[in-house]
Amino acid sequence: MQHFLTTESLTSDQLTAILDTAESFINADGSSVKKVPLLRGKTIVNLFFEASTRTRSTFELAAKRLSADILTMNIAASATVKGESLLDTLRNLEAMHVDMFVVRHQDSGAAEFLSKHISPGISIINAGDGRHAHPTQAMLDMFTIRRHKGDFSQLKVTIVGDLLHSRVARSQIHALRTLGAKEIRVVAPRTLLPRELEALGVDVYADVESALAGSDVIITLRLQKERMQGALLPSEHEYFQLFGLTSERVALAAEDAIVMHPGPINRGVEISSAVADGKQSVILQQVSYGIAVRMAVMSMLAGNNL
Amino acid sequence: MKIEILNAHICDPLNAIDRVAALYIADTKILSIGEPPADWQADQSLDASGLYCIPGLVDIATRLGNSGQAQEQSIRSETQAAVSAGITSLVCMPDSNPVMDSAAQLEYIQQHCQSSSPCHVYLIAALTTGLKGDMLSEMAALKQAGCVGVSNVMHPLASNLVLRRAMEYAAGQGLTVHYQAMDAALQANGCINEGLAATRMGLIGIPNAAETAAVAVCLALIEHTGARVHFGRLSTQHAVRMLELAHSEGAQVSADVAAHHLFLCDDDIPAFDPNFHLLPPLRSASDLIGLRQSISKPVFSAICSDHQPHGADAKLAPFASTLAGASTLETLLSLVLRLVDEDLLSLQQAIALVTYKPAQMLNIDAGSLTAGAVADLCLFDREQEWVLQADTMQSRGKHSPFLEQRFKGKVKYTFVSGQLVYSESS
Repeated sequence: MQHFLTTESLTSDQLTAILDTAESFINADGSSVKKVPLLRGKTIVNLFFEASTRTRSTFELAAKRLSADILTMNIAASATVKGESLLDTLRNLEAMHVDMFVVRHQDSGAAEFLSKHISPGISIINAGDGRHAHPTQAMLDMFTIRRHKGDFSQLKVTIVGDLLHSRVARSQIHALRTLGAKEIRVVAPRTLLPRELEALGVDVYADVESALAGSDVIITLRLQKERMQGALLPSEHEYFQLFGLTSERVALAAEDAIVMHPGPINRGVEISSAVADGKQSVILQQVSYGIAVRMAVMSMLAGNNL
Repeated sequence: MKIEILNAHICDPLNAIDRVAALYIADTKILSIGEPPADWQADQSLDASGLYCIPGLVDIATRLGNSGQAQEQSIRSETQAAVSAGITSLVCMPDSNPVMDSAAQLEYIQQHCQSSSPCHVYLIAALTTGLKGDMLSEMAALKQAGCVGVSNVMHPLASNLVLRRAMEYAAGQGLTVHYQAMDAALQANGCINEGLAATRMGLIGIPNAAETAAVAVCLALIEHTGARVHFGRLSTQHAVRMLELAHSEGAQVSADVAAHHLFLCDDDIPAFDPNFHLLPPLRSASDLIGLRQSISKPVFSAICSDHQPHGADAKLAPFASTLAGASTLETLLSLVLRLVDEDLLSLQQAIALVTYKPAQMLNIDAGSLTAGAVADLCLFDREQEWVLQADTMQSRGKHSPFLEQRFKGKVKYTFVSGQLVYSESS
């Protein structure tokens, strides 16, 4: 595989290979290894057309720990504002003899588009495209789940929140399905549920309590403040009342359920501080596992092992 | 010039002709079918054994080019593409650059067409100034300049009040409003049907209700204003049902569908392929079935290409950022014939929807082989197969959802006003 664009078409073996490789980059204490020479001499460009802190910096760290040279470009503030097309931006950077691009863009399909027009031999990693996919985030989530739960086949996973706008949720759903999760439940206000989501293999629930009952993994999604403007929701307050993850609601899930969030969190909107900082929360582990998983994806693409 | 076309299978739905016969042309007109006129001596004789001969096609929704293309050149290339596909009358929508919203602009295009176009070109003028949706265009002057209807195409109107007044005013001028039903607020920046494909790709979907709500409003205003409205490029089953009902109750409505909407649905869209970025969007599989089942209903007066030639750059971006539309002139006839092969229409019914029916709706002299009619003809080989390839497309636009697909039915000769304007070998 030359590019890593989505979890949708990948096989269970491919996903498991990523998780296994990531495991090899983890120390006994759960941190990722400090330095390996796998990508020495390679040049990687972080191409971010949209703001990001966690994803961008964990990609940077992952590249550095693989001994690659990495350059981060925040394009939102430069070329495209001057009217340069996405393709021209790519062509210019290609001329600098880059081996791999990590791309985040606000348009769904942007990474796929670039992968179709890039010179052979250069890899594209999708670091989030519009509402479509965020495959490395989904893989670090799978990694976190596997570390805590081991086998996927008995798991009930509940995803709560803005599924309409969420590339993370789409990538998670594909990965969970392929890895054989027993049940994938989703729950959201009707205005934030995309059409025919059931066809992706999930069960849509109307209320958060029944969606959480007996669940082993709870994933809550970030709610963007802009959603109030588009008449999608009446208020943050009402959202928290209906869908916010509180200790009482977490108690409906399995006793050893883990609570996940792709970040950044809005305390008191989609999740209470008590839950975010509580003992079932693995939100910070997700961030640190992100480095190992991204090291895995980068090294596997570079070594043609994916 | 006297021309005889011998041994062709003549199919002329208006006159219910469907047999092998000779056809005689003198200068620009058809003289007769069957027996030669008295003292006939042909200057040119064409043996069309094995070919069908039908009236030249009338395509009621096309564009000659988009911005950035030299107007004269694109008129030449697109009209040439049309005649190579058997189309002899093209109707252009007003969403060109500049917008066709003034008599001067119409006359300018007409002049260019007279010198560069091998086929007849008819123009639909803008319903509102600059298609901006708030001020009425000068419809009397536009009619005087020869427009065959008025339309705001896919551009939204500021309000239902503007639509009401535009319909009233157009009715007063005896102009048909060509309405493309799309509620802009419900469209909400959507670029694909709201369904599984949109959900999968994370693209903003356009609900069916964006079309049906707009149809419902327009039907209410037809009742109120008495305007004559043609509903163009329908994409949903429900909207078609609403119009069938209105038509059966005597409302002055007609409709068309773009040929690609009779063969493709959103499930067919390969991941993010901008060749499939079309507006209205390709709908669900059930809408596709519904449209196919309804195409024989009397409310339909046409199947059109909705041809929109774009330069290469227009589609070089992620899906939603590309321009909607594709180059579809060259697949119109073959797709219509495929409806016959798939038993949805008889050959006569199918040909009627691209010849006399649209011509009658537009009130133009075209679409039949009646003695005395303008000699616009399309001769094609019903069985010959061909493959649509970007580098052999005649249109300057090379985008199509049908690229690399195999088609049946190949145009061999096209006559416009008694002149041979296309032959396959040349």
